[in-house]
Amino acid sequence: MLQIECPWCGPRDQSEFSCGGEAHISRPLEPDALDDIEWADYLFFRKNPCGRHYEQWCHIFGCRRWFNAIRDTVTYKFIAYYEMGANPPELD
Amino acid sequence: MTQMLRTPDAGHVKRTRPISFTFNKRQYWGFEGDTLASALIANNVRVIRRSFKFHRPRGIVGAWSEEPNAIVEIGANNTRVPNLRATQIELYQGLVAHSVTPSKWLRFDTLAISNVFSGLLPAGFYYKTFMWPKSFWHRYEKRIRRLAGLGYAPSGQDIDTYDKMHYFCDVLVVGGGPSGLIAALTVARSGGRVLLVDDQSEIGGSLLSKTETISGKLAKYWLKDVITELRSYPDVRLLKRATATGYYDHNFVVINERLTDHLEHHNERLRRERLWRVRAKEVILATGAIERPIVFCSNDIPGVMLASAIRIYLLRYGVLAGSKVAFFTNNDSVYHTALSLVESGGEVVGIVDIRKNPKSTIVERARSTGIPIYDDHVVVAARGGFNGLKKVQLARANSQGDLILTNKGELKCDTLGVSGGWNPVVHLHAQSGGRPEYDQSAGMFVPGKSVQSERSVGAAKGHIALRECFVDGVEAGKSAALGADLKLGQIPDIPFTIAESSEALKPMWEVPPSQLNLHNDKSFVDLQNDTTASDLRLAVREGYTAIEHVKRYTALGFGTDQGKLGNINGAGIVAKYLGVDISELGTTRFRPNYTPVTFGAISGRSIGGYLFDPVRKSPIHEWHVMAGAAFENVGQWKRPWYYPRDSETMDDSVKRECLAVRGGVGALDASTLGKIEIRGPDASTLLNRLYTNSWSKLPVGRCRYGLMLGEDGMVMDDGVTARIGDNHYLMTTTTGGAGPVLTWMERWLQTEWPDLKVYLTSVTDQWAVVSLAGPDSRRLMANLYPDLDFSEEVFPFMSVVSASYVGVPSRIFRISFSGELGYEINVPANYGYSLWSTIMKFGESLNITPYGTETMHILRAEKGYIIVGQDTDGSVTPHDLGMDWIVSKNKDFIGKRSLFREDMKRDNRKQFVGLETDDPLLILPEGAQLTNEQNRSIPVDMVGHVTSSYMSVELNRSIALALVKGGIKRHGGKVYAHLIDGRIVPATIRSPNFYDPKNKRQEA
Ligand SMILES: [Zn+2]
Repeated sequence: MLQIECPWCGPRDQSEFSCGGEAHISRPLEPDALDDIEWADYLFFRKNPCGRHYEQWCHIFGCRRWFNAIRDTVTYKFIAYYEMGANPPELD
Repeated sequence: MTQMLRTPDAGHVKRTRPISFTFNKRQYWGFEGDTLASALIANNVRVIRRSFKFHRPRGIVGAWSEEPNAIVEIGANNTRVPNLRATQIELYQGLVAHSVTPSKWLRFDTLAISNVFSGLLPAGFYYKTFMWPKSFWHRYEKRIRRLAGLGYAPSGQDIDTYDKMHYFCDVLVVGGGPSGLIAALTVARSGGRVLLVDDQSEIGGSLLSKTETISGKLAKYWLKDVITELRSYPDVRLLKRATATGYYDHNFVVINERLTDHLEHHNERLRRERLWRVRAKEVILATGAIERPIVFCSNDIPGVMLASAIRIYLLRYGVLAGSKVAFFTNNDSVYHTALSLVESGGEVVGIVDIRKNPKSTIVERARSTGIPIYDDHVVVAARGGFNGLKKVQLARANSQGDLILTNKGELKCDTLGVSGGWNPVVHLHAQSGGRPEYDQSAGMFVPGKSVQSERSVGAAKGHIALRECFVDGVEAGKSAALGADLKLGQIPDIPFTIAESSEALKPMWEVPPSQLNLHNDKSFVDLQNDTTASDLRLAVREGYTAIEHVKRYTALGFGTDQGKLGNINGAGIVAKYLGVDISELGTTRFRPNYTPVTFGAISGRSIGGYLFDPVRKSPIHEWHVMAGAAFENVGQWKRPWYYPRDSETMDDSVKRECLAVRGGVGALDASTLGKIEIRGPDASTLLNRLYTNSWSKLPVGRCRYGLMLGEDGMVMDDGVTARIGDNHYLMTTTTGGAGPVLTWMERWLQTEWPDLKVYLTSVTDQWAVVSLAGPDSRRLMANLYPDLDFSEEVFPFMSVVSASYVGVPSRIFRISFSGELGYEINVPANYGYSLWSTIMKFGESLNITPYGTETMHILRAEKGYIIVGQDTDGSVTPHDLGMDWIVSKNKDFIGKRSLFREDMKRDNRKQFVGLETDDPLLILPEGAQLTNEQNRSIPVDMVGHVTSSYMSVELNRSIALALVKGGIKRHGGKVYAHLIDGRIVPATIRSPNFYDPKNKRQEA
């Protein structure tokens, strides 16, 4: 079980969290202007990287706040946490 | 009370405390401190059980969890525990144990016939034979289960309770041997919070069976001092009988502590086991090493065992493993054991050493004692009789250690201690993500690079010498303390141990098969699963090249011992046959659990009773109980299902309740419906974005039905939302949808629209809701609230007013889920019971009838009102439901764009319809598949399925709701429902609104 650091509550067990999948997917402002392929891209297609993955998490059985995290999909290590709406931190 | 092989004084069992126990219905005696295995050996019980596949007699091989053979069950009926290793069972007064063996007779096992025909049972036999023809499998299966004899499950409910413990520490030390203890001491002196766990009944590991002195003291005294010091630190915890069974991500380690299995009497105030869920900043793995056997012909005869086990039985339990003991080794370690045996009065008939002329100090000492040493020799075969080993056959190895062997006679012995070197217990390291690496010079797999914050020490790292263990332990303690941000305290000195010269081992997995092996018997690699060296050879010959595949083909390492003795030898042998280096082949993956864990420990208190899942009850619950309601589980909620009167059947009750609502007035406890307060200047905007219809123009005091879609355009939830004020709404959701819908709304607010000024609050539990339905409900409301005007003009359908109930603020909604005139009264939850009771009193003259969810379902089905999740399944759009009227064209909302995808235009999408069977008394089963044709030509095209189905007393016939391909345009057409009994029955498609299609009654 992973240990995840909620930016508001600190380190807690994974069982308190819910993963929201890939982060930084903005909802199109004018969905009607998109063709089916563009809409499908927003709706269905997700990155599946081997390595750093930028994702959304919610401390669902805690403060219920959403936040972003960068997690390595190979080592399961969390590399960074940052708030919703913030730009991801620069990594080397 | 004689124990034939008990020494006069060796070991540390308590000889003043004799213990009586029973094995296979015979009574024996042992001492306090014995294991079942050590006591059986003391009583010269050689054959413990028959083997899994060939039914060969088997004896004790090891002294702890590595034991593959000595599997027994203890207890009876509901306390029966199958599949225990005799080597791990602590002896207690009155213990009753049985062999886990299918046959009553250990000596004359009729099934051992399969041994004679064993050539017919090669590797892959089960795959090859039993999978064809398929229809025969059920016949074979019974036979195999009887053959296997793996014991019986307990017959009743477990009488024990189990606990879970969540724990955090700076440093977790797994293993209380020399390196683990000194590591723990290093961290403890640095002020760290330490958890040290050891799986045995005494902490000490190898020190419990060591003859060396430590800093001039006997090992046991050094051990005592260290434990005393560790116990003096308030932040240090020592657990014995606690096995670290799994190492998971982020230094999460699960530890199974056994608390009562060693006790004579069941005590219900004690917990049988405690499962520790530990998050450690740093982990030190001091898990030791398990001796590796050498594979040779007939190496499974009772009496052939690990040399280290002989040492432990002697020095810890004071038991001679046999009367005439021989050893077979490729390293120095057995010489210590042989000397100790001689000192305790045992007879050592010889040491067979693969190495040519070994010269280390300990070998010289053994030689000078007069123990015959056969260097440059191997044991090619063991020979035995009914009671186990009789002699071993020797041969001389050639220079390459392979192929050509010369017969060098026999050695008469009843016990053979084998040592092929050591396998460090790298299991936890591997589970943590590390990859064990093969150390060519040491001839063993050792821990590789650490992936998590862990390090291995001592024998677990391949360091067998005591001094190395101490050095490792101190170093690891320091690095772990620093890793956990501790300040180093006084570092323990490395204890003084006598250094002796030693000579490297010479690796050998298997004594090569040779023509000397006259009776041509098997060489076992995995004793528990009867996997032989020739099985491995066959697998290689048949083209298997990966060790994981060989494992699955030959069942190598599949037993309850997880191949602790066999796996590495198996890999070595396969590598040899394949002609590759073992480092290249690698090992099979080490998976949790290290040793078996009981289901009880895993489930803890989360079974059966009320702790499994919370039960949610409405504030009116007790009334329903008193009224004798039958309850239905809806999510975690208990809801009244129907209220049987006198001797009514469910059908009777439901009919009566339906008629009462349609003809008079009924009351439903609707408190469980999800309720969400939405407040803030952007409340309307949020609703506009989440619901398919428009909310901006809804006047205060009015309600509206809404459909919520996923972004994929599929219906997710529905419900009525009321506008309480300009910036204030109260949303209702389905009972099951309350949580998910709130989470869904919060997610959009937090992640996508943080600019919206809206607060969401779940108020499901804060309000009790009584729903009144039926033509008489208006009169009842007027009685309840004499000051309010309930006329159609003042209080029309889909409106809400605030009112006072006994001085408490309440709200009244005029809405309907039954198709009748209806009201819903919301009061603060604490007043729910009072409100309901008052309504029942006021409604007496109107013959008010409480009704349950079943009636509610029928009433709504008669109106064709959907239940999301029953009539929809995540692939249904508003259009599929025939609800285009609720989809706004003038605004964007979640899911809208998806409604214009190509797939949404298909005219054969499954659509929501009503069904009437030709036979009005036939109730279709929900889930029944529908076809267009009555004849059954396979393949049949399924065109839909029944989603809801009831008998309607109002309509005097059965009704059903269904999803049918292109159904909306097929009203009047026929479909055929396929029933489980094979009948195919016709039904007519129609509008789902069966009752009062113009909705006059609810809007009356
Ligand atoms: Zn939090």
